[in-house]
Amino acid sequence: MVDFAGWEMPVQFAGIIPEHRTVREAVGIFDISHMGQLFVEGPGAAQWLDSMLTNDLAALSDGQGQYSLLLNERGGVIDDLIVYRIGAERYFLVVNASLREQDTAWLGEHLTPGIELIDSSDRFAAVAIQGPRSGDVYEAVRSGLQFPPLPPRNGIARDAEETTIICRTGYTGEDGFEIFFPAQDADSTYGTLLDAISHAGGQACGLGARDSLRLEMGYPLNGNDLSPDRTPLEAGLGFFCKLDAAAFIGREALLEQKRNGIPSRLAAIAIIGKSPPPRAHYPVLAEGQRVGELCSGTLSPSLSRGIGLAYLPADLAGIGTQLEIEIRDRRFSAQVVKKPFAKS
Amino acid sequence: MNAPENLRYQQSHEWIGTENGAVPVGITDHAQEELSDVVYVELPAIGASFSKGDPVAVVESVKAASDIYAPVTGTVTEVNQVLEDNPGLVNSDPYGDGWIFKLEPGNPGDIGELMDADAYRAQFGQ
Repeated sequence: MVDFAGWEMPVQFAGIIPEHRTVREAVGIFDISHMGQLFVEGPGAAQWLDSMLTNDLAALSDGQGQYSLLLNERGGVIDDLIVYRIGAERYFLVVNASLREQDTAWLGEHLTPGIELIDSSDRFAAVAIQGPRSGDVYEAVRSGLQFPPLPPRNGIARDAEETTIICRTGYTGEDGFEIFFPAQDADSTYGTLLDAISHAGGQACGLGARDSLRLEMGYPLNGNDLSPDRTPLEAGLGFFCKLDAAAFIGREALLEQKRNGIPSRLAAIAIIGKSPPPRAHYPVLAEGQRVGELCSGTLSPSLSRGIGLAYLPADLAGIGTQLEIEIRDRRFSAQVVKKPFAKS
Repeated sequence: MNAPENLRYQQSHEWIGTENGAVPVGITDHAQEELSDVVYVELPAIGASFSKGDPVAVVESVKAASDIYAPVTGTVTEVNQVLEDNPGLVNSDPYGDGWIFKLEPGNPGDIGELMDADAYRAQFGQ
């Protein structure tokens, strides 16, 4: 067990590689009770959220969600999150574990009259069920657990009393969903889900597999790959920053960066051939000179080779750039590749 | 927990053979289980000398990199090159085909100073 933002979390159950493969080939269940859940309510909730988040809520209908970012004034990333529109005046936000307090403090500071920010994180336990057989698992447990029908991709569904919330999303590149359910029912609901998972040929998975799965898809992890000192444009998340829509905190900094040129880019780097697993903080070299360090790295179980992410000067971040990764004083050839590293 | 009687052990979960001459060194069943899925073994150079407690090799799983420390002072005489292509042997056969390197002890008597199987197992309450 490792301490993760105050939560005791298993890194693995059966082993990172078998768990990873199970999710790619069948289905796995992850405890994500550490994620934070916030509601934003009130007249003008959409306008206020649009002033705080990079994406454009106008794109959402009731029941739909989108990936978005919370920035500081410098355009740096405070957190990345998913925001769902429940109704025109009601939104559900799923934020990172370690950033929950920071997020609520930042949002709270900027709250305008009439808007309510409700931190419901303690009310919900949460699991993510991910993999090609996740839909089968859902159908198997749905009536017994009185779940609503599975929403479409990026959608949200709730039961009548809103004790259970289902979001069709994930962090693995596979089809799947996240379930937020009453914390007091955690043991029995988890047991029911785990039985259905086992029946579908799946298993419980830990943080280790969650990390290797997301990294194969090139998804950034806040704290590793996102930071208050890097903009989403540098992180390759420009698609989720709607600079032509409503003004949001950090937008000016992003516009300025666009005008002046984006200085660095988060590059996807794959090692060529056999190597030890690359890990965060290993140096990245170009033509023998240190040009950056990995912010995430792993041995991809799908590709059986080392992969990682690193912020590199923009002129070195182009696909095909030849690099080296230094691992314990040895250098391994690598190159910048296209994301995702592996097809899901 | 599996810890053969004919080997000696050190706290950091390496085992060492007790025969005369150069002896094999590997990681214990407990260590391989903790690491899980060994994906890379970095072997030492043949002829390199190490003092007791020096890092000699590195065993890596997806989860973590683990140094393998010399149980006694000595010189590496052989390395298990099979591990370069099949590092999983450290998991599947930690006391057999998963041996990592052979060490010629500077003072063969040092091996007897290490924990025997009972003492090693006792740490786990067994």
